[in-house]
Amino acid sequence: MIAKDRVIAAALAAAMLGAVLFIAAYATGGSRLYEGLSLALSAAGLCGAAVGWAFWILPDEQVEDERDDYPSGASDRAAEDLETTSGLIDVTRKRLLTRMLYTALGIFGLALIVPIRSLGPALGDAAFHTKWRKGLRMQRENGSFVKASDLNVDSVATVFPEGAVGDAQSQTVLIRVGDGVAANAGGYIAYSKVCTHAGCPVALYRTAAKQLMCPCHQSIFDVVNDGAVVAGPADHALPRLPIEVGSDGYLRATGDYPEPVGPGFWERG
Amino acid sequence: MISRLLDWIDDRLGTAHFVSHALRKAFPDHWSFMLGEINMYTFLVLIATGTFLALFFDPSASKMTYNGPYALLDGTHVSSAYDSALKLSFEVNGGLLMRQVHHWAALIFVAGIITHMARVFFTGAFRKPREINWLIGLGMLMLAMFEGFAGYSMPDDLLSGTGLRIAVSILLSVPFIGAWASSLLAGGVFPDSGVMLPRLFVAHVYIIPATIAALMAVHLAILWRQKHTDFPGPGRTERNVVGSPLFPKYAAKSMALFAAVVAIVFAFGAVVQINPIWIWGPYVPWQILSPAQPDWYVGWLDGALRISPPVAFHFFGRIIPSPFWPAVLLPGVLFTFVAAWPWIEAAWLNDRRAHHLLDLPRNVPVRTGIGVAVITFCFGLLLAGSGDIQARYVQEPITTITRFYQIFCLIAPIVAFFLTYWLCVELRSRSGVHKAPRVRLRRNAEGGFDEETIA
Ligand code: FES
Repeated sequence: MIAKDRVIAAALAAAMLGAVLFIAAYATGGSRLYEGLSLALSAAGLCGAAVGWAFWILPDEQVEDERDDYPSGASDRAAEDLETTSGLIDVTRKRLLTRMLYTALGIFGLALIVPIRSLGPALGDAAFHTKWRKGLRMQRENGSFVKASDLNVDSVATVFPEGAVGDAQSQTVLIRVGDGVAANAGGYIAYSKVCTHAGCPVALYRTAAKQLMCPCHQSIFDVVNDGAVVAGPADHALPRLPIEVGSDGYLRATGDYPEPVGPGFWERG
Repeated sequence: MISRLLDWIDDRLGTAHFVSHALRKAFPDHWSFMLGEINMYTFLVLIATGTFLALFFDPSASKMTYNGPYALLDGTHVSSAYDSALKLSFEVNGGLLMRQVHHWAALIFVAGIITHMARVFFTGAFRKPREINWLIGLGMLMLAMFEGFAGYSMPDDLLSGTGLRIAVSILLSVPFIGAWASSLLAGGVFPDSGVMLPRLFVAHVYIIPATIAALMAVHLAILWRQKHTDFPGPGRTERNVVGSPLFPKYAAKSMALFAAVVAIVFAFGAVVQINPIWIWGPYVPWQILSPAQPDWYVGWLDGALRISPPVAFHFFGRIIPSPFWPAVLLPGVLFTFVAAWPWIEAAWLNDRRAHHLLDLPRNVPVRTGIGVAVITFCFGLLLAGSGDIQARYVQEPITTITRFYQIFCLIAPIVAFFLTYWLCVELRSRSGVHKAPRVRLRRNAEGGFDEETIA
């Protein structure tokens, strides 16, 4: 055996070994690491053998191909023209029928597309309103209701309208900013948690700056300035939920959001 | 044995002439002609591993309680999709390996397509008569990106759910039809209707791969018909193509490439963890990971979303919201530009001839410059997509990083263009006729030097 043959033989032996190891790895419980590496070894062996074969064993001959001629000759083109256009015109001289044929095909195609409509309802009301209504209390994910005394200053909670825990459109971030901030109920401010840029949850609250930040594209909203955009790609402020502290101490909405929550869309205006 | 089989087939199909010619087809030897094949073989790996995964994965949004070997999630409410993806990872022998190989292969697939397209672009292989394959290739690239996105969105983990949320919002931003289209995709307002996962499954497992396979077949058939391009050189003309015969030499090389692709994706799948969905956790619409980055071939769009200015366009009570510009208009313009390039160039150079011999990139400085500029631009966007991580790393506010990439993406492509242009011109002048003759210096008896030119 000459040296090069020996290398190829070794590669093939590695390929065999890898395959056997893979079977063994699989049979003994299946570790991702050993299964993957053994199969990789097997393929690498085959690769080495094929490379050796290609460069050392197979003759280094070059073949030469003629390129085909195109465009085809003038006569073929003329014949094609005749068949498809001028020739066809004779056959289809019946104007009315031809037009009807095209129309029929068009409407047929349209009919085939229409059932796509079944995929989803018109967005309608769902895009413009959430489940918040006047008087609804704020419910946490675990079902408990938020009282005005529950949160410390600078802490944050994710809340839903009473009875609609988990409703993604209605998710609201409730912040106790403390007193001394304009227009809030008992030191609380509530904003829609759906980012007005592309809908991610606005989940990061920067206490010192009193800003909400969206981790997706880093839009920053000013909590004490009506949710206005401070930086980032969002093009409008976070909608603010009107709230009050009820006589029983529970925080309640005094209505739905005054504008649609979440990212913008054509009809939103 | 083989010859009897071939005879048997020839008796029935009369293929001997075709086969004997096909096996002698010339495949030029330059390595860059094999870039496209990487994608073909990666696609095969994707089909094989994907089939394995599809046998176990359940794309259902119905809720259940997780109760499996991954103790940290025990008792969590998850979707069946997420649950089956975890089962696939932890309880199916070979499952995690297949998942990781599939994911790595997907990353390589898109990267391979782009590399192949770059080769075709920079050498002018897209020129007449190959415009059709340029368009088909671009189509496959876009499909591959959608396919990858649909694929990693299906496990319904926190990262992928967030990605879907953004994707639906992008669709929502399209003027006039946005609300309607996003409702069709999500079956109403995202994500409450729960129809998206099965739909993504249909798209990811049937529609898109079948379309890619069909396009690939046409791509190869056209390649077969038109034959390879070739670099200029001795004996190479517009009338011929010279190279190794398909069989056995080129077939051996190609098989080596196939085996190498398999070896690499399996080694990666074995060793390098990818998309550990059990760490992300199940998708909960009011939770989010931070930092969060998509797969790289979506990352440039995410970067574009991050650095685009917050401009919405209001008129007559209607609005075009800010995600539209970076996430719909920008890729739309970019892909249209790429698709139209063969015609743009033909019109600009007034060159309508067919070309089978390739350009060296340095010989076409403007084209090369434009290509490098586009790549620089997209690379800038991709980097911007991880701005939050960089901000943490360099301890700068994120707004500074964003501003940096806004400027970078405007300036760097222009700089890259001129730099490339200059480099090409420089290289071209050095390689060509202006090259100084090689000389040998010889000491002469007087102590000086004699010059002697070498041929
Ligand atoms: S989704 Fe919040 S910044 Fe983009």
